[in-house]
Amino acid sequence: MQEFLQQVINGIAWGGVYALIALGYTMVYGVLRLINFAHGDVYMFGAFMAFYASMWIGPRVTGVGGVVLVILFAILASVALGVVIERFAYRPVRHHPRLTALITAIGVSLLLENGGQQVFGADPQPFPSLFGSAEPIQIGGLIIVRSIVYILVCTTALLLLLQYIVMYTRFGKAMRAISQDPTAAALMGINIDNVITATFALGSALAAAAGLLVASYNPQIDPYMGLLPGLKAFAAAVVGGIGSIPGAVIGGLVLGLAEVFVGASAYGDWREAIAFALLIVILLVKPSGLLGTGIVEKV
Amino acid sequence: MKSAAAHTIHTMISWLLKAVWIAGTILVLLALQPLLQSGAIIDPYWFRILLLMGINVTLAVSLNLINGFCGQFSIAHAGFMAVGAYTSSYFTLHALYTPVRNLSFAQQATWMIGALLVGAVTAGIAGFIVGIPSLRLRGDYLAIATLGFGEIIRVAILNIEEVGGASGLSDIPPLSSFFWIWLIALMTIALSRNLLVSSHGRAVLAVREDEIAAEALGVPTTKYKVIVFAFSSALAGMAGVLAAHLDLSIYPSSFTFLRSIEIIVMVILGGLGSTTGAVLGAALVTLLPEGLRYVPAFTVRGYVVEMQAWRMVIYSLLLIVLMLTRPRGLLGGMEWSWHGLSRIGGRWFRGRPSDRNLPPEEQGEGDLL
Repeated sequence: MQEFLQQVINGIAWGGVYALIALGYTMVYGVLRLINFAHGDVYMFGAFMAFYASMWIGPRVTGVGGVVLVILFAILASVALGVVIERFAYRPVRHHPRLTALITAIGVSLLLENGGQQVFGADPQPFPSLFGSAEPIQIGGLIIVRSIVYILVCTTALLLLLQYIVMYTRFGKAMRAISQDPTAAALMGINIDNVITATFALGSALAAAAGLLVASYNPQIDPYMGLLPGLKAFAAAVVGGIGSIPGAVIGGLVLGLAEVFVGASAYGDWREAIAFALLIVILLVKPSGLLGTGIVEKV
Repeated sequence: MKSAAAHTIHTMISWLLKAVWIAGTILVLLALQPLLQSGAIIDPYWFRILLLMGINVTLAVSLNLINGFCGQFSIAHAGFMAVGAYTSSYFTLHALYTPVRNLSFAQQATWMIGALLVGAVTAGIAGFIVGIPSLRLRGDYLAIATLGFGEIIRVAILNIEEVGGASGLSDIPPLSSFFWIWLIALMTIALSRNLLVSSHGRAVLAVREDEIAAEALGVPTTKYKVIVFAFSSALAGMAGVLAAHLDLSIYPSSFTFLRSIEIIVMVILGGLGSTTGAVLGAALVTLLPEGLRYVPAFTVRGYVVEMQAWRMVIYSLLLIVLMLTRPRGLLGGMEWSWHGLSRIGGRWFRGRPSDRNLPPEEQGEGDLL
């Protein structure tokens, strides 16, 4: 039982991370109908920015202030990257066939990975322990690593914040309007370009946060670290129903739990394939995802 | 009056011509093999590039069948290549008892054909199995499903101890050669071109242009999609066989998502839906890193920059710039043709019949020459 609860907590923590990344995919898909392949690389970029920031800020500002500065810098840098990608790569192909945009996204992803390999170096870098390496927390008989606790707390806070932004602010309303019907939204006076840029900014911030949290749990960062988590988080977004924000969270949690339990079972080696198996099953059974709504095709 | 006899004679002559063409190609390739391998014309380094180019041509032309002609979007080509490479290597490693050095040409040819068949059949079956469920999906969803299958194939190979897991298979018999690689490449090009001018090819194009309209006109769209997918996978499997028996060792890490993307880059670079374009794209993508080798290293603020190391960065920039400026690839769906060649006076000729039926925005600007 204890073992089981331990795994559930790990699964929820990983699920939360997948959910944070999946949200970026799902929001961009909602407004642009584009699979932003480069999103996983923004997550990598966030981790690297935190790495460089902590090398520079660490010796100068100590204590909590330093950590906050590092996190802020990493998030802002990733937001800037997301906005630049949207402005210079995706906006010019927005009205082209969707395949063109998809291939552009793949190109941007390759550029970030290979550019990262040249600029940051191909070898894994040791990520600094931002939150300190305190003792694991004990609750009853459960032993929970500190960084898992941070992941759980931060993810929950960010998800609540996102829920507030999307449901209760003007920007959130505009975003939802665009994902329903971009033309009608534009006719109602919504500045589509600005909302799309802001959506990328929001998604990139969440990805950077996920990158930071994962890097502080598993302190090895390299330019390709975003590739597989990105693909898996995308799978999670599809499983939950792409375009649906609660769907991304549910998809992330399902994936996180499935991975942890398969990893602990006798078929542990197949852990890496779970995300894609889930993806294929859901695409065959209910292509619109757990929470997605079906699309009526007009002939 | 045109008699049946005249018709028969006509058919016989055309068959004879085809036979002459095929025999001629085989003879030319056989003659070129020792000539090129001796190093008299090109050094061994460039000879190897030529071999890799042949494999890439097979991969790109076969992927173009499904992504270009059938209008589907598959990101699993490396997975099918892996299936072909692994099954055929397993077959030759375990079935070939004769010491490899002493094989006569006939023996080598027999084993090579056997390995190619094993690779093509297993990869084709894999394509069939993957195709049946995933081709119900469209566009983005299909791309993602094939990506998932490609990754599953890789993880599966990684977990099968029989084929070496992460350490891969080695000591594969060196059966592959210039002759086989380019024979398969030319065969793929010929099959691709012949498919397009057949009635089946027109059905495949109809699926690309408008699936619903094609279905309404009686084209069994699912059947054609699955057939083309399995066929394309079988060809990719053959490329895998050739690559495995050329490099003599294979690893699961050579068949990742990134390898699939590389093949997609070849097809897109040349122009989706053009066999000529796929060949051109494969050649360019193979040659690009070699070309960069000749760009001298320079220094930026104390850092030595070698262009060779930046080749992947240049690929990706190329891909983005291409999509932003010329989304239909270098050739934009145009094909090489002798007919066009005869008009070399500089006039762009009207589109070929198969091309003219496309909606205006999809039409090529005419023949290549």
